[in-house]
Amino acid sequence: MHDTRCIRDSSIAPPAQVGVQLTDPLLSTQSLLRAAQPSARLNLARSFASVSDAPIQTVQSDLFKPTKYGGKYTVTLIPGDGIGAEVAESVKTIFKADNVPITWEQIDVSGLDDATPTGRTEDTFQQAVASLRRNKLGLKGILHTPISRTGHQSFNVAMRQELDIYASIVLIKNIPGLKTRHENVDLAIIRENTEGEYSGLEHQSVPGVVESLKIITRAKSERIAKFAFSFALANHRKKVTCIHKANIMKLADGLFRNTFNKLAKDYPQLECNDMIVDNASMQCVSRPQQFDVMVMPNLYGGILSNIAAALVGGPGVVPGCNMGRDVAVFEPGCRHVGLDIKGKDQANPTALLLSGAMLLRHLGLDDHANRISNAVYDVIAQGQIRTPDMGGNATNNEFTRAILNSMEKAL
Amino acid sequence: MISLRSFAAPAQRQCLRALPRATVSFAVQNQRRFASQQEVAKFTGKKDANGLYPVSLIEGDGIGPEIAVAVKEIFAAAKAPISWEPISVDPILKDGKTAIPDAAIESIKRNKIALKGPLATPIGKGHVSLNLTLRRTFNLFANLRPCRSIKGFKTPYDNVDTVLIRENTEGEYSGIEHVVVDGVVQSIKLITREASERVLRYAFQQAQAIGRKKVRVVHKATIMKMSDGLFLSVANQLAKEFPDIEFDAELLDNTCLKMTTDPLPYNDKVLVMPNLYGDILSDMCAGLIGGLGLTPSGNIGDECSIFEAVHGSAPDIAGKGLANPTALLLSSMMMLRHMGLGEYADRIEKAAFDTLAEGKVLTGDLGGKSSTQEFTSAIIARL
Repeated sequence: MHDTRCIRDSSIAPPAQVGVQLTDPLLSTQSLLRAAQPSARLNLARSFASVSDAPIQTVQSDLFKPTKYGGKYTVTLIPGDGIGAEVAESVKTIFKADNVPITWEQIDVSGLDDATPTGRTEDTFQQAVASLRRNKLGLKGILHTPISRTGHQSFNVAMRQELDIYASIVLIKNIPGLKTRHENVDLAIIRENTEGEYSGLEHQSVPGVVESLKIITRAKSERIAKFAFSFALANHRKKVTCIHKANIMKLADGLFRNTFNKLAKDYPQLECNDMIVDNASMQCVSRPQQFDVMVMPNLYGGILSNIAAALVGGPGVVPGCNMGRDVAVFEPGCRHVGLDIKGKDQANPTALLLSGAMLLRHLGLDDHANRISNAVYDVIAQGQIRTPDMGGNATNNEFTRAILNSMEKAL
Repeated sequence: MISLRSFAAPAQRQCLRALPRATVSFAVQNQRRFASQQEVAKFTGKKDANGLYPVSLIEGDGIGPEIAVAVKEIFAAAKAPISWEPISVDPILKDGKTAIPDAAIESIKRNKIALKGPLATPIGKGHVSLNLTLRRTFNLFANLRPCRSIKGFKTPYDNVDTVLIRENTEGEYSGIEHVVVDGVVQSIKLITREASERVLRYAFQQAQAIGRKKVRVVHKATIMKMSDGLFLSVANQLAKEFPDIEFDAELLDNTCLKMTTDPLPYNDKVLVMPNLYGDILSDMCAGLIGGLGLTPSGNIGDECSIFEAVHGSAPDIAGKGLANPTALLLSSMMMLRHMGLGEYADRIEKAAFDTLAEGKVLTGDLGGKSSTQEFTSAIIARL
């Protein structure tokens, strides 16, 4: 019902590609987005019927297929705050150089207070949501969220809730040549994106006493678990680990874990286990190699995706995407705004570029995706031109140019 | 001179006048409220007739008794002025609720201090976790978790030296949960000004006590604007009372990312945070230095404090003399410092760290072949 778009029987993937998967973290995602077990989908539709009042849709492969106009796809581009504008520029340049058949519909939403002198931040946000609904596809940077209580709610979260892009996928894999403290890390974090601690429901009972509600529902736990299983199968992954804190939050996380365990029985080909979130964080920094696919509620996803991103080189190199039934929004996996290096030309566009490559694979434009991601990996592996976060001293512009050169050479 | 004075005087008067009444009374009120907690969690235990401080000792399950023996031997060798009072906390059900035997409660309340080995929560008997029960019984509001790299045990991270304080009584672990309708659960994260203030005050005082100049609050107030926002605003207010301590705040995401990338910048800070974040991050820090077998922990309360090894009871190696007593030993060092017996702690700690750094006599979990007894003797030999 939701992960339906990801349909391509993974068995038809040429063996050559399987070989490449070992080095290219992104290639593995392409099947995520397009392959799934038909039976799983049918199950899903059935199980949802009882718990959701949403109209039951028949599962068809033509759900969620962006339309081409004049031979081109229209994709919403939201550069975001902080380094967003700079790295989005890199993506646009590189995509253009490769003649990618995409027309960008750029919408400059901003979460900064001083961003819109006309005071139309809300309006732009709504515009962006409408655009994403129409185009069904987006590439997005991260929007700033103010801390102050009078400030607006997080646009990032609001967008995910509004569009119901419920599954966040963060791909954590060592990039060849980029040395970090940990080796052979290859894991995927699947994070529930629309409920949990990010429900936004809070109130002050009496002055000095605040309650914040964490909502866990069976329906949403079910669909994220199924998504994780489908993802694992489609990407030839072996193991799915459910991350929770059910020993303390017996009802809420208990529901999440029990739902996972119940569904796991339908996937005997996968190894399924569960782990408590504090232990998982500890294991993540000491033996991250043990993890394959991890699925978890919202907040733990935020924590673990940051811990895991640090294992392979930081937020600048970790791609990700948010999938819903109708809309997919690709954004850097480790969601940092980067206000501190804004406008200094120091940003690393790798995360957004690789997220863009994921988007291309989602559209079936594998050739473009491969050319671009190979060029990115090539430049990083050579090691001469790297942005500061990767231990180099090149600017974003120089790095982007190096990628362009590498693409040209490969032609 | 004259002009100076004439400048100064009116300014002063103006200030006095400008202070609105409400503010003054608020400040006074605040002071009064704080007065009773001027120094939170101060150790008030008394020496017994022999000039020794009695300490309640919960040996725990599994490997607990073995590592407790190791600690006792080392303390005896160091002539630490401690007398042990062994107690059992095997849970009983009182009115259907998990409770600790009265004798144990009395002992800890009398001694104000306890050292605790690992406990295995009985499964399937309707027991709440014993750790939780202890925390509730004695109102242990702060969990203090220092993590220091052990020389001689190699991990991807060197020279880690973090100190983390976690609010221990509310937040996400309030235990308030309910099923709204079938398939929809609400779990309540509770943040109160009182509990936040108490743990934050302890954090500032702890920073002063261990000579760290910076306190950092970790929060997620961008999303949880009210709850984490309250925690953060209390911290901001309290920081004014500690002008010698540099205070700042960091978003949880950033802390996770930066600590895992490079923990060194955190070596001069005390981190303080609500319950869940503290739980996750303190274990994450333990992961940086090689796991829970090497990390001490202290549960601090106003009246009593309990220091403990947070690792499991390892029933598989129980009774074989293979267990590593380091975590419990380091916890007991924290305990000595809490009691104001820092000089003993320093000596024992040095002996323990030297033994570990030398790497000749190590237990199996650290890649050595020695027994608990051999490891203990090696430390004693250095005292």
